[in-house]
Parts: sequence; C-alpha cells; structure tokens
Amino acid sequence: MCSADTLSVLRSDSYVDLSQYRDQHFRGTRYDQERLLRKSCTLYVGNLSFYTTEEQIHELFGKSGDIKKVIMGLDKVKKTPCGFCFVEYYARGDAENAMRYINGTRLDDRIIRTDWDAGFKEGRQYGRGRSGGQVRDEYRQDYDAGRGGYGKNVQCQ
Amino acid sequence: MSRRRHSDDSDGQPHKRRRTSEPSEIEERLESLICRVGEKSNSSLESNLEGLAGVLEADLPNYKSKILRILCTVARLLPEKLTVYTTLVGLLNARNYNFGGEFVEAMIRQLKECLKVNMYNQAVHLVRFLSDLVNCHVIAAPSMVAMFENFVSVTQEEDVPQVRCDWYIFAFLSSLPWVGKELYEKKDAEMDRLLSQTESYLKRRLKTHVPMLQVWTADKPHPQEEGPVMPGSHSVERFVIEENLHCIIKSHWKERKTCAAQLLSYPGNNKIPLNYHIVEVIFAELFQLPSPPHIEVMYTTLLIELCKLQPGSLPQVLAQATEMLYMRLDTMNTTCVDRFINWFSHHLSNFQFRWSWEDWSDCLTQDLEKPKPKFVREVLEKCMRLSYHQRIIDLVPASFSVLSPANPVCMYKYADESNRSLPGYTVALCLTIAIKNKASNDEIFGILKDVPNPNQEDDDDEGFSFNPLKIEVFVQTLLHLAAKSFSHSFSALAKFHEVFKTLAESDEGKLHVLRVVYEVWKNHPQMIAVLVDKMIRTQIVDCAAVANWIFSSELAHDFTRFYIWEILHSTIRKMNKHVLKIHKELEDTKARLARQHKRRDSDDDDDDDDRSTDREDGPLEEQIERLQEKVESAQSEQKNLFLVIFQRFIMLLTEHLVRCETGGIDVFTPWYKSCIERLQQIFLQHHQIIQQYMVTLENLLFTAELDHHILAVFQQFCALQA
Repeated sequence: MCSADTLSVLRSDSYVDLSQYRDQHFRGTRYDQERLLRKSCTLYVGNLSFYTTEEQIHELFGKSGDIKKVIMGLDKVKKTPCGFCFVEYYARGDAENAMRYINGTRLDDRIIRTDWDAGFKEGRQYGRGRSGGQVRDEYRQDYDAGRGGYGKNVQCQ
Repeated sequence: MSRRRHSDDSDGQPHKRRRTSEPSEIEERLESLICRVGEKSNSSLESNLEGLAGVLEADLPNYKSKILRILCTVARLLPEKLTVYTTLVGLLNARNYNFGGEFVEAMIRQLKECLKVNMYNQAVHLVRFLSDLVNCHVIAAPSMVAMFENFVSVTQEEDVPQVRCDWYIFAFLSSLPWVGKELYEKKDAEMDRLLSQTESYLKRRLKTHVPMLQVWTADKPHPQEEGPVMPGSHSVERFVIEENLHCIIKSHWKERKTCAAQLLSYPGNNKIPLNYHIVEVIFAELFQLPSPPHIEVMYTTLLIELCKLQPGSLPQVLAQATEMLYMRLDTMNTTCVDRFINWFSHHLSNFQFRWSWEDWSDCLTQDLEKPKPKFVREVLEKCMRLSYHQRIIDLVPASFSVLSPANPVCMYKYADESNRSLPGYTVALCLTIAIKNKASNDEIFGILKDVPNPNQEDDDDEGFSFNPLKIEVFVQTLLHLAAKSFSHSFSALAKFHEVFKTLAESDEGKLHVLRVVYEVWKNHPQMIAVLVDKMIRTQIVDCAAVANWIFSSELAHDFTRFYIWEILHSTIRKMNKHVLKIHKELEDTKARLARQHKRRDSDDDDDDDDRSTDREDGPLEEQIERLQEKVESAQSEQKNLFLVIFQRFIMLLTEHLVRCETGGIDVFTPWYKSCIERLQQIFLQHHQIIQQYMVTLENLLFTAELDHHILAVFQQFCALQA
C-alpha cells in the first residue's frame, strides 16, 4: 500500500487543461505548440476593457503568484490597448492557480478569460483584426462600451 | 463519452494511440465504481451499496489486491465519505469474512506507513475509519479499545515532544463521535480510564504556543449570534459537520465548481443551516495560522461560486459574516486582518463594490490607527488597485473621505520653476532632456559628474562614492519620466541599470535609492512594491537594504501600513527562493557528476586511465565547488537578513516599552499590538528557515535580558516545536 497513491477523481484539474484554441500563427508543429502550452508560464487574458490598466492586471493576477511580466495587447494602428494582454509568471504553478481561480472572475467589472499561451514573441502584442484591434471586435454585433462600442463592421455601415 | 482528453496525445508521439491493457481498464472501472458510490443517483444509497458490494464480491477472486488497494485509498483520501465506505466494507465483510480480515490488516499496514512518512492528517482519517468499522461489525469493540489504550499510553512516555502525545490523543478523541457510544457500551470501565487519562493530559500539557496561533485575542469563544440555531461551538455535531466540510474542500480544491456543489449537497442540508457552516469553515481555513491550507485566492473564488449557486441566500450569510468579523477587528490577529482585507476587497471587485459603508461609520470617530478605521482604509486602497481612484471616491459616503486612498500620483520634487532653488535642479533639467533624447549610460554619468556631494568636502576623483544628491537627482528624474506605467518604469530600470548599480554600490547608496523611490511614489504603494521587487531581482538593491529601509525612521509613518509588510515578506520569499534555486543547481550538478562516474564505470571496467577520468571530471568538479561557495554565500545572506529583521524589531519594541514604562502609559497601544504581531508573523510565515537559527537567536538576540513582552514571542515560537 503506497501512501503516494491517489484517486483519479481527485486528480481532476479541468481548469488547467488546454482549451480547444490553437494560435494559427504559431510557427511549428501542433505537437510543438502543445508541448509548449503544457509547460508554459504565460497566460493570454481576454475580454478586458480597453481602459483596464497594467496596474489593475498586475494587482489581480499577482494574487496567484509573482508576476514576471505583463504585456498589454495593442491596436496595431493606434498602439492603444485593445482588450487583451499576456501575463507571464516565474513559476508554472502560479500560472496554474491563475487558471483555476482568476479565470472566469471579474476585472474592471468584466468577466475575463485566461488561456495558456505558448510564449510571447515580438509582434504578438498586436491585434489581428483588419482595423487594428482584435478579430472578435471586427464582427461583433452588440454594443460594448468598454470595447469601443459597436463592432467595426457595424460602425462602418 | 470518452473521459480521455488531451492527455491522450501527450505521450511524446503525435497521433499514436496508447495501447490500453485490459487489467488497467478493469482497475479504472473498479476505482470509478467505488469512488462514485454515494453521489446523486436515482436509486437509494443503500441499494447502490448493496449492488456495489455484490459486484466487488464477484470480482474478489481475480482482483482482490486491487480492490483492497482502492478501498484503503478511499479510506485515506475521501474521509468525507467515511460512513459510505465503512458500510461498504461491512457489507463485503458479511459476504466474505476473510476479505474483511485482510482489509483490516491492510489498513493497519497503511496506518503505520502514513505515520512513518509523517502524513498525520491522513493517519487520523484511517483511525476514524477503523473506529467506524466497529459500528459495521468488522472490528470488535475490545480491539478498538486496545488500540486506543495504546494511543493514550503515549502520554505516559517520558521526554517525548508534546506534539507526539498531541497527535495520539487527537486521533483518539476525534474518533469518538463515531465510535464513543459503542465502545462505552461494551467497555465502560476501560473507556472511563482512557477519558480520565486524557483529561489529565489535557490539563498538564503546555499551551505556551497557543497565543501565536490564535486568530482572536479575546479569551472566550464568541457568543452565538442571534440567527439560525447552529450546533453549539463545542458540540460534537458541530465538529463532525465542520470536519466533513473541511475534507470536501481538501478533496476538490482544484475544481471550484465541483467543490461548491459538493459543499452545498452535504447530507442533512435541510436540518442544519448549511450555508452558515460552509461560510464558517471557509473563513476558518482562510484565517488559519500559520497559513491557510490552500492559496488565499481559492477561497475568494469558491465563495463567488457558492454565491452563484445560492444567489438567494449565500450572499446574505456572507454579508452577515463580514459584519461580524468587522465588529471583532479589535481582537483579530494582524495576519488574519491582512487576509480579511485581501478577501473583502477582491470579493467586492466582483460585485461592483456594492457595500453599505454607512453601516461602518462608527469607525470614523476612532483614532485612525485603531483596527476598524485601519481596516476600512486598507480595504479602500486595495479596492482602488482593482479599479481606479475616482471610482473609490464616488463609491464611499463623503464622511469616509478621511479614509479614502490618496490619488496615486508621482511626486517629482524638481517639477517646476518654483523649485529651481533646490540643489540639483539644473542637473535634473539637463538629465530630463538627455534621457528624452535617448542618452546612453555614459552620457548620464557625464551629466551626474557635476553634482556636488553634500557629504564630502573633498570629492574623490571618480566621484563614485556615496553621493546622496546624485542618487536623488537621477532617481527622481528617471522615475518621473517613466511614471506612465509599470512597464515604462521597468524599462527605465533596465536601460539605466549600469547607472543604478554604480550609484547604489554601497549599502548607504542602496538605502538612499529606496528612500528616493519612496519619496517619489509614496502616494502609490503598489508602484513602490513592484519597483522594489524589480530592483532586488536586478540586484540594484539587496534584501538587507530593503529590511533596513523598512525599519528606518523615514518610513515610521507608514510602518503599520499593509503594503510595507507585503514588501518585507515578498523580499524574504525572494531570498528563500534564491537559496533553494542555487541549492538545486548544486544538487543537479552533483547528480550529473555521479551519472558521469556511473557511465564510466559501466563503460570501461578494464581501462585504468586515471588521467582521462580526472580531465573529464574537472569542469564539473569545478562547477560544484563554485556552486558550493554560492550556496554558502546565499545561506549566509539569508541568515543575515533574518538577523537584521529581528534586531530591528527588538530595537523598535524596546524603545516603545521603555518609553511607556518611564512615561507611565499603557504599553498596549494599537501600534504596539500591530508591531508585536508583525514580529510573530515573521516567525510563523518563515518558521522552517528560522528553525535553523534557533541557537544563534537564543544566544545573540532573544536573551534573558530582553523585555519579557518581546521574549514571550520567541518562547511561543520555541514552544511550537516542543
């Protein structure tokens, strides 16, 4: 009888599992990407308000451990925050706790979403939408005051 | 539906299916069946247990050892389902007497192993399980009594640590809710003897360490508030409910939704005010000293999940609990107040900061250093960090403005023309222009050369000795220019790292850099904290400098503020992590050398060429020697850090005590309570490291001449290991 035995029902850690999302711009195989995601200390954070500051992000995500770096996501054209960021921790365990306890809670009154990121590379701090922001803000139909109002295609009508 | 997820493809080979062997599939199925019994089902629990007992009995011939292992494991790891599994074992035992015997033997082996590897909590669960097996007719009452007689006899041992006796008595007592009645019915004389021996032990055991672990300094347990009737705070029912709720959290802490659901479906939830019990148990864990069982933020999110599941009732219970905790802040341990502040502000940020602040206007009439107004101040500051200044101003009633946080703006002393008479003003202007024009480190050095040193008559040629004015002008100007965001400031520190290192080369230099950082950012404690963190990590300042800065007279005004202690503990943690990291490097390198030896030994048994082996070992051995030195140096720095901290505490507290004594005033001011508890906090939060220094501490710092108030803290700490 080994005291280190555990039960699979207690091993469940679904908040830390990889999501279905894979960055299409990733350079490398799907296998490489997943290997990096599984040992990553970097989180992508989405659904931020455009007005959420690095300081607020630091305060919230600091609750799961020491933060190495916060990189704000920027509009490619305007170079202003466009509603996402990367949070890099020194330790994987701290990032896991963020996935378990900060993902799906509120920052600046908005429910934010975190996901594993394979690691920041220069250029990834920019939105990939045609107008410069994130893709999701191109096609959005609803009005979101914290994310520039209506989606870009609606605005251009 | 397949329960397999991404882990399928993580075996190192893309697109290759793992071949599953039959036996392990069966084992998984058995484990799943056993673990799931007791969960929500269309059939009754009794019929599910009967069914499962039948299945297991049929599998015993082929899978006995697996079934034994699984049952032992659930006994150890799912204590909240104790009675479900003891019943199952009872049913199996009725069908197959030999199996019952083998199970108990396996349990005893497991209990011994748990104790051997210091897994005391799991061992208690096993003892309880065995106790309940008496109720299921698997173990005879006299056998259980004999085991308990064994346990209680430990109190007669001489020269053993108190914690040893404590564990055995606890294991005995905490099993009684399940088996006490049965044992007393069968063996009343023996049980009376055990209880009286226990009572006499409890009377004579030392409680010196207790004040250090108390959340509240008030002696009596708090009277039951009006509201739903809960089992009395000392009742057995209360103990059992709370134990089970703690066990549920322990089982499901990683899965907050599951955890919340499991807590809310605790059996008997229509007979007890379950929401109240849950909230109490969660706060009990959050406030536990020295530290909570799980990371603090887990409890915040768990409570939010619970509010989502019970939106009509739980938020009100939580508000009530908050109110009660607020009422008792005067006697709450400072460390627990810290956690309360963090929890409450984070919680509010998920609910638009809605709170009836006016209910707390009693705190406005008190001295601002008292626990209640202090708490509100710190909460508002933390709320601001999660939102922004104006939001907080708009949030609180006007009367609370005295407690509102300062606008977190930078204070640049060379800001405008009116400051031009300040020494260094022109250099500051010059620097500003140069930095904006992307000057190099060398150019900066050039500009700073012209700054006179107010401390020295004759400047040495280099001009690199400690010059407080140089530091002031440079740091003020740079931080002001980089004030826009954390990232801007970090970039500035990185870009001008060389200048910083040179200016802060001496200990006085480091201290002064920290002072200037404080002067510039005293309205923005969060910024101070991240800058100090960065400066330690980039070795602009060291940990001892931060400790000395915190205890310096310039910071006396902020000494009791929460952010100061966050900075100090973060600094200590960095030091500790650094030592561990180098130690690991050393161990890894030693392992590499060992592997190299092994490879060589197995490769050429005949080859006796010593020279080539030496050559091979050389670089690694050198590395090991270097790392050994590094480890020693880091450990020495770590010890020095703690000594500095303790020394400064002793100085500060002694000063206060002497002043009070000569002035004839009461020692126990809010400042004193805060300070002495901060000292306790150092001991508790870093007890493992500090234990290495006991001899030094006893002989050097915490000697008999020390005021008894201060010495008591050290003695409490010593008692924790007695």
